[in-house]
Amino acid sequence: MRLWKDNMFHLAKIIILSILDALAVWSATILFTEHKFIFLIILIFITIIINYIYLSKKAYPLRYILPGTFFMILLVVYPIIYTVYVSFTNYGTGNILTKDQVIEQLENKYYLPENTQDFSFNAYKIPDQNKYAVLLDKDDNGYLLGIDQQIEEITDNDPRLTDKNNDGTFDQINDYQILSRANLIKSLSQLQNIEYQYKDNILKMKSISLFSLYRQQYKYISAEDKIHDIKNDIFYTPADGSFASPSGEKLLPGYRSFLGWKNYIKLFTDDRVSTPFLRVFIWTFEWAIISVLSTFALGLFMAILLNDNELRFRKFYRIILILPYALPAFISVLIWRGLLNTEVGVVNQILQTLSIDKIPWLQSVFWSRFALIIINLWLGFPYMMLISLGALQSISGDLYEAAAIDGATPFQRFRYITLPLILVSLGPLLISSFAFNFNNFNVIYLFNEGGPPIVGAQTPAGGTDILISYTYRLSFESGRGSDFGLASAVSILIFMITAVITWFNFKYTGALEEVKENV
Amino acid sequence: MYRTRDTKTKIFKHLVIWIVIAFALFPLLWTLSAALNPANTLINQKLIPDKASFDNIKYLFNNDQHPFPIWIWNSVKISLITAVIAVSMTALAAYPFSRFRFKGRRKGLFIILLIQIFPQMLAMVAIYLLFLNIQEVLPAFGLNTHPAIITIYLGGAIGVNTWLMKGYLDTIPSSLEEAAYIDGASKFQAFYKIILPLARPILAVLFVLQFIATYSEYILASIILNSNQKFTLAVGLHLFISDMYANRWGVFSAAALIGALPIIILFMMVQKYIVHGLISGAVKG
Repeated sequence: MRLWKDNMFHLAKIIILSILDALAVWSATILFTEHKFIFLIILIFITIIINYIYLSKKAYPLRYILPGTFFMILLVVYPIIYTVYVSFTNYGTGNILTKDQVIEQLENKYYLPENTQDFSFNAYKIPDQNKYAVLLDKDDNGYLLGIDQQIEEITDNDPRLTDKNNDGTFDQINDYQILSRANLIKSLSQLQNIEYQYKDNILKMKSISLFSLYRQQYKYISAEDKIHDIKNDIFYTPADGSFASPSGEKLLPGYRSFLGWKNYIKLFTDDRVSTPFLRVFIWTFEWAIISVLSTFALGLFMAILLNDNELRFRKFYRIILILPYALPAFISVLIWRGLLNTEVGVVNQILQTLSIDKIPWLQSVFWSRFALIIINLWLGFPYMMLISLGALQSISGDLYEAAAIDGATPFQRFRYITLPLILVSLGPLLISSFAFNFNNFNVIYLFNEGGPPIVGAQTPAGGTDILISYTYRLSFESGRGSDFGLASAVSILIFMITAVITWFNFKYTGALEEVKENV
Repeated sequence: MYRTRDTKTKIFKHLVIWIVIAFALFPLLWTLSAALNPANTLINQKLIPDKASFDNIKYLFNNDQHPFPIWIWNSVKISLITAVIAVSMTALAAYPFSRFRFKGRRKGLFIILLIQIFPQMLAMVAIYLLFLNIQEVLPAFGLNTHPAIITIYLGGAIGVNTWLMKGYLDTIPSSLEEAAYIDGASKFQAFYKIILPLARPILAVLFVLQFIATYSEYILASIILNSNQKFTLAVGLHLFISDMYANRWGVFSAAALIGALPIIILFMMVQKYIVHGLISGAVKG
């Protein structure tokens, strides 16, 4: 019986592995045909590792760890490495494509030479199908028939042509029916995409009644890495992510290219970028520090009040007071956003009944920041209260008794006993809280999208933006386009700051040593 | 005399607590009031509406432009799938770290600890570009799909959870497995049949924590998902309030409360453990 079950497990494993391997082979063929060789190598590598781990006895413990690790490497480690790479490039709107793609796009551009030739034409379509044919009139020299992506020279005796009513216009070519002018206009966008290679030129639709001979405008000379503009006879050479002429004119679109440290240098030296960036940078620290201090102050205060066994209703109070912590933050912040609406929000209405003018919570930088701090105090003090309660309970009552005998006032007891002891035990959590608020995107972005906007800033840096929301807006806020390169550079800075905070935390608490002993 | 001063202090204490409670409840009560107020506008709102009704909730469930039930369902579905897979992977990953002695064990634990320090959202640009590329090859896992966002969340699944899980597994005596081996169980059977059932409490807690975290996530969901029918509640509600919030405040309030309810219930269920976990972590320093 046991043997049978073991075999079942083994069989299941083999079947799953086979399916995975089959999938890998299938993906490999796709990657191969798409010429994505780096991904192909990675795929083969991963497949071999997976097979080794699940078939070799030696790698037994890894079988358990692999699934989680796989996702962690793919979606945490790899993106971090890729962020580093992108931060050194100009990736973004206007520079989305690779160089090869841009060259291909440019080589598909055509111009009308002066000695072009025009042909009047009729278009034909198979009813209910998206297939078109065109018949170009060569002015008594026969016709050019464009059909099935081919163009051929034919005479008017060609057996495919039929003229049912003998009016000199062919109404039908094989199954293709002639398009009336109204239908021609309806099919315009499809017809505009039709191109035929004809001798050295391209035949394309020029207007609703004419096809013309076009010529390729750009040619890539791979030996010299140059683009030749045949029409104007100018050579464009690569410069910072696009092809540029000697006079500095750039060909659009640009392509992704390696910039070196330029994004980082721009952040600190280009005034139009660095001024808003610096303001964001400073506010991020102010925000994180004020958030930790204010939530900790209120939380500790409430914990001291509640840490009294004789206090009535204390369990009830505690439950009510942690409610803000139980709500998903994104919902609370959106609620606050409504309550603080300048025109119709409840808060301003209440203030009005107290004869206080409307406060521009969302329009002024100062009041927006003020509101955010209040909101974050609301969101965060219950957590601080909970951890403080825990820490308070671990302080021995003897200390207070001794202090009382020495005649210490309540404030002195707090200042010299409670606070130092609490800071020792909560220190690491306060630093973690700092790191958390440093990247507290939800509160900042959902309240006011980082706004109010700063007039005249070249990058979208709002009055309440912190680094992480700034990164987000650089990348994904439409309107100004995306600058993935610059955004990644900011991300890398946040990574480094986070690393420093964490290092400080570990050093301060000796957490790493403790961890080392415990594993 | 001493008595009266004591009583005064007590009353003062309660008073201060009630002021803070008023602060804590202020937005919630106004939201509740707005949700039940059919007038649906922010202007001249009263805390206790003249005529309470469920009109807003009805409207919520019959609104094609902002398909609120679909958003909630998307959020619940994504959070549920993420939490189930994440907890399974965490349990699997933590087990060998707790039980087996193998080369690279300590290093592995450290690497996991170090990696989870960096929030996944910091790499949002790279994650977006990654799925932009995946889309070309595998549209079912590309942008604007739920498999994509679930996969992303799973990347951050092991991490601190593995440490919590390992800590719990360490408290289960290994003599239990040894007994199972003697009875002829394989290693995997001992894990699956003996250890996992005993680890149910931590599994439940990790499940709830993961569910709440996923449900509340905004930034990555907003990058990956871009159509009304695919939005999670967080992305949808933000859109809703940016679109038309002043004149649909009552509807928004109803949506906010209904959307928060599952999380509040889950939170209160594991509240004791979360509090305990926070404190023991804190005191241990």
